[in-house]
Amino acid sequence: MNSISFYIVPCMMVIIITFGIAKKIDVFDSFISGAKEGVHSTFSIVPSIIGLITAVSMLKASGFLDIFSSFLSLLFKHLGIPTPIIPLMILRPISGSGSLALLDSILSNFGPDSFAGRVASVLMGSTETTFYAVTVYLGSVNIKNSRHAIPAALLADLSSFILSCIFVRMLFYGT
Amino acid sequence: MLNYIWGIMIIISILCASITGRIENVSNAIFSGAENAVKFIISITGMMALWTGLIKIAEESGLTNIIAKILSPVTKKLFPEFSSDSKEVKMICMNITANLLGLGNAATPFGISAMQQMNKKNPHKNIATNSMIIFIILNTASIQLVPTMIATLRQSYGSRYPFDIIFAIWLTSILSLVIGIFTAKFLEKRGKQIE
Repeated sequence: MNSISFYIVPCMMVIIITFGIAKKIDVFDSFISGAKEGVHSTFSIVPSIIGLITAVSMLKASGFLDIFSSFLSLLFKHLGIPTPIIPLMILRPISGSGSLALLDSILSNFGPDSFAGRVASVLMGSTETTFYAVTVYLGSVNIKNSRHAIPAALLADLSSFILSCIFVRMLFYGT
Repeated sequence: MLNYIWGIMIIISILCASITGRIENVSNAIFSGAENAVKFIISITGMMALWTGLIKIAEESGLTNIIAKILSPVTKKLFPEFSSDSKEVKMICMNITANLLGLGNAATPFGISAMQQMNKKNPHKNIATNSMIIFIILNTASIQLVPTMIATLRQSYGSRYPFDIIFAIWLTSILSLVIGIFTAKFLEKRGKQIE
């Protein structure tokens, strides 16, 4: 099952390089010039990443997320959103590694085939680290005015949170 | 908006820490956060450069044209201002392909090149264009075909069918992506003064 994922990267490399050689491209020269651009664009996002990761680590260390999630769980208890999912919803848009660690603890505490375990898996699989994507892509071209990018992306995240509860209920429990 | 969010995150964490008595933790987090950010960049630079190198080959050999042609029904709808053989669309298509295959490390450098290409034709360099916003939304909704990492994690905790959540994931991703795109299209019409 997991072996599929080991084939993807090597296969892509083989396809790209064979195609390049077939079309008589100087593959190594092109590779070098592309990789040079890659190094450059990676380092162009350093300032935004430092800003974002520092702010997220501060927020995590301050205990704010725990307070905020216990506040939200009071609100969401009646909506049928399982309580262990709430910290994951808060952390998901801001920290990729943090939310993965939370998914891990939800799966180990409640089991992967429990309601909470399934909702957490669906939620993780259907969303990305929104603030990372926004900061990286806007930062890479020095965009200062993001207009409606963040509200629209966050609304998509919010709908993922709600839909993951709905679909797990529908597909696994028939209600 | 990012300015406010970033500022508020920092102010809230310092306020909250001084109330809960965790100011020491926050102080440590400032140093480790900045350090970890650089470690993170170092750790991804290799893969990012490798992919941009490979993609240069794909571009010069015309492979990206083929992928762009396959995805053109989608890109024509989402990015009507670019022709389907333009450099922007080629990079957008490579980003979509990498995302579908679950190659996050490859999707980012393609995404950055796509943004750089789109910014070349941007009349107001500091302001995000409609296409840029749609592109960002495409990247904030996970459109991975096979969620291998989640299935692997589920399997390691003894799930009977680690992949049984795949339909729920597809349905949730697609619907939330549609909601995101409609929201963006709706909001771009309201904020006309920028155009």
